[in-house]
Amino acid sequence: MDVKDKPTLPKPFPGQVHETPGGGILVSKLDDVIKWARSNSLWPLVFGTSCCAIEMMSTASAKYDWSRFGFEVARATPRQADVIIIAGTIVNKMGPVLKRLYDQMPDPKYVIAMGACATSGGPFFYNTYSVVKGADHIIPVDVYVAGCPPRPEALLHALISLQEKIRNT
Amino acid sequence: MTATELKDKLQSIRQTLSFEETAEWLTVNVDSAEFHDFALELRDQAELDFDFLFCVTCVDWKTQLSMVYHLRSLDRKHSIVVKCKLDREKPEIQTVSDLWHTAEFHEREAYDLFGVKFTGHPDLRRLFLTDDWVGWPLRKDYDDPVNMIKL
Repeated sequence: MDVKDKPTLPKPFPGQVHETPGGGILVSKLDDVIKWARSNSLWPLVFGTSCCAIEMMSTASAKYDWSRFGFEVARATPRQADVIIIAGTIVNKMGPVLKRLYDQMPDPKYVIAMGACATSGGPFFYNTYSVVKGADHIIPVDVYVAGCPPRPEALLHALISLQEKIRNT
Repeated sequence: MTATELKDKLQSIRQTLSFEETAEWLTVNVDSAEFHDFALELRDQAELDFDFLFCVTCVDWKTQLSMVYHLRSLDRKHSIVVKCKLDREKPEIQTVSDLWHTAEFHEREAYDLFGVKFTGHPDLRRLFLTDDWVGWPLRKDYDDPVNMIKL
């Protein structure tokens, strides 16, 4: 970028810029700015029960880094988390635990059901006595990701879709 | 010791065994009444020296159950598989938890999921399922109308 070029705001930022001799004035809706801020800083809760957790770990680490998109801090405590990524199978014994963690998260909170097991029970839909057939029997889900396990790029796509969902509604 | 040497050695101990040699390790079929004494000899004989029980499984062939024990010798570096047939109506076998303590938990798992009673086990109760669960889930004839969706 040349020094003589005027600085422009990144496109996704909501609002209109009006140029004035001293700089610029930004006019926007507070709702839009708050949604933009929230979507760009969603801290996930560390919640991986089975194989999808490995793909989630690989999305979090260097090659497919999700902190580029704002998911920087993954805390183990639900009190400081915005989004819970249900990565793995939910069994009958784990159901109350998941509900309790979801209840402990402060609003606004979002849920991503990652993988086939969290979406519908996955390979354990038939003939299993112990698996909950989909995490949405327990908590409301915002984004479903297909795959067994979904590739890190698919999880990143889901995270970006969640960001767009937050910004658009 | 190779599989053939093991087979010869075991046949010299006990003549009434049958062997299968198609798999990776030698497989020995034993009668369930003689299993505990045979296991004691497997552990204590100097040339066999099977001191590591690394897997205890139960298999449900629809007409019968069978117990499968995987043993390994850490010093001699050979492994063996021991199989015992159990009656489906009354599956009982003597415990080996006095020989290898790891069997305590493995046998609790087999009891929990298949209903095999291990006589002489110090603490035989359910391991994974809740204590008031009724039935043996991994048997082929298990039916659970609440949780299971049949294919």
